[in-house]
Amino acid sequence: MDNKRKIRVLATKPGLDGHDRGIKVIANALMDAGMEVIYTGLRQSPEQIVETSIQEDVDVIALSILSGAHDFLFPRIMELLREKGVDDVLVIGGGIIPDEDIPSLKEIGIAEVFGPGTYTDDIVTYIKNNLKR
Amino acid sequence: MLDEKEIGEIKEEYKKWSDRLEGKLAKRPERKPEFTNTSGIPLKRVYTPLDAAHLDYMKGLGLPGEYPFTRGVQPTMYRGRLWTMRQYAGFGTAEDTNRRYRFLLDAGQTGLSVAFDLPTQIGYDSDHPLAQGEVGKVGVTIDSLKDMETLFDQIPLDKVSTSMTINAPAAILLAMYIAVAENQGIASKDLRGTIQNDILKEYSARGTYIFPPKPSMRIITDIFSFCSQEVPQWNTISISGYHIREAGSTAVQEVAFTLADGIAYVEAALEAGLGVDDFGPRLSFFFNAHLDFLEEIAKFRAARRLWATIMRDRFKARDPRSMMMRFHTQTAGCTLTAQQPKNNIVRVAFQALSAVLGGTQSLHTNSMDEAFALPGEEAVQIALRTQQLIGYESGVTDTVDPLGGSYYIEELTEEIFNRAKEYIDKIDELGGAASAIEQGFIQREIQDSAYRYQREIEKGERVVVGVNKFQVEEESPKDLLRVDPAVRISQMERLKRLKSERDNARVRDILSELKNAAEGKENLMPIILDAVKAYATLGEICDALRDVFGEYQPVSTIG
Repeated sequence: MDNKRKIRVLATKPGLDGHDRGIKVIANALMDAGMEVIYTGLRQSPEQIVETSIQEDVDVIALSILSGAHDFLFPRIMELLREKGVDDVLVIGGGIIPDEDIPSLKEIGIAEVFGPGTYTDDIVTYIKNNLKR
Repeated sequence: MLDEKEIGEIKEEYKKWSDRLEGKLAKRPERKPEFTNTSGIPLKRVYTPLDAAHLDYMKGLGLPGEYPFTRGVQPTMYRGRLWTMRQYAGFGTAEDTNRRYRFLLDAGQTGLSVAFDLPTQIGYDSDHPLAQGEVGKVGVTIDSLKDMETLFDQIPLDKVSTSMTINAPAAILLAMYIAVAENQGIASKDLRGTIQNDILKEYSARGTYIFPPKPSMRIITDIFSFCSQEVPQWNTISISGYHIREAGSTAVQEVAFTLADGIAYVEAALEAGLGVDDFGPRLSFFFNAHLDFLEEIAKFRAARRLWATIMRDRFKARDPRSMMMRFHTQTAGCTLTAQQPKNNIVRVAFQALSAVLGGTQSLHTNSMDEAFALPGEEAVQIALRTQQLIGYESGVTDTVDPLGGSYYIEELTEEIFNRAKEYIDKIDELGGAASAIEQGFIQREIQDSAYRYQREIEKGERVVVGVNKFQVEEESPKDLLRVDPAVRISQMERLKRLKSERDNARVRDILSELKNAAEGKENLMPIILDAVKAYATLGEICDALRDVFGEYQPVSTIG
């Protein structure tokens, strides 16, 4: 093992959505790629997510929503991160998110949005190339 | 069955045929070194009477409408009546959804299926902080009986059957439905429909749980008992493999984990003192129709046979209706692709056909645009037309179980039956479904299969047309159905008005009565019915029960 610490990822399900197949597959793939993954499970409030990300000192937050609540929850999470002065964490999203919503999500700081059909390898590569610290 | 001489002849010819092939295969090999289906069952090049030689027709198959129901639950199947065409729908407010229902009924749909939004499914009113961003999104929002009255406005509840995808708060929504019917002058005895009411798969695969397993099972058996007297035509539970499959399980796991859940419900009801033949006939099931066409057909047949043997041999049911597995099917949402969405019409058609050839009692066909958003009207209509094409044009409905007797289908049915049974034995060893879920066993099995499936796609071992092969450049879809975020605001206003207009003292009294009852042993259904009639909200009723029962804490199965 080199002296570089492993990339730490918070994989999480904001809101009430119960679809966790995708995020669990991604969590497994990130672990297989040598990252450390903290999976929160379901029903996380934006406050809980931001709190956990600070406590766990993660490099990446991976948000998954298939219920359509991304339009409220993603901006709320970004707002709370800003309030806490967190600006060096890579935040990515995925799930059922219409293409037309993606530009406004990127504007508020969601770095990338991964839809159905995404390869987990592509997410691994994306994270490695886009870490903010 | 064949006699020894015939079997011997086929064996001899088969051997010669294989030998002749050997040389050719060296030069021109098959597409893959070995063929397996999603359940990992190795598939032979061809199936012959040799595979069916051990088949005991009357024991393993029987006649349609008779034990073990492998060939179907009714003697005439679709020659008598086609399956119920039932599209799952709901979004926004009760008014929005009521309009969609009347559109679907006008288009020839024969049953309703209510999708509730997540706050409703998890027992929060629209004004709860956790409901922010979720109100009306994945289904209709229901806070109180008022909304339910609007939802079924001008829909005669004695003429339609209604399925409600509601689990943790199923007792409350059923009570509201009974109350709406009463207002329409319809007796609860004449109501037909289904509540999903299957909490175990919420813990293992779907996620809309509220209470811990023990009190949840008590509510479920209270519903069984209440309905056997008051709503005798109601399907009191729809034991669901659908979501287990969507979460990534194989076909064999879907059958095994669903039936293991079924066993747990039967055991809970027996423990509560109910007679197996009093509630057994009202148990219903819900399966997924996935991509592997023939595996799916065999799956449905195997599931029917397995449930019949469990009810007869394990639980000593005497009434054949208790042994009959009646089920709803939905095509597999997880197989829809965002890429080239029109291909989904064809995927859904194959999946729907497998459900019909597998003998389903009702069917939902997914719409082509569901990898993006809730379906629009045109997409829903094509999905419904797909069922009508199968029902009225394809001809597969004119004879019962038309694939019965196929060497391959029968061998696969047998194989799925045996493998699912082995899984159920394993779950029994772990102390039953609830305990296997508490230990994370079922969740881990499902997520391992999901991961394996995804890796197969990424390595190109499993082709998904338009995703990892035959891709094209395409534009993103336009005009997706969107739910107005203002739904939450208007819903909160309605809620405020309701609370200012109703008899709040009466609501308080009933809620405290409900808490007392929850602490004791009496059946909760009559009190819940009183509470909804007094316009107590869904959130208030669930909060009262949360106070007594607490909330479920999931186990982690990652890492």
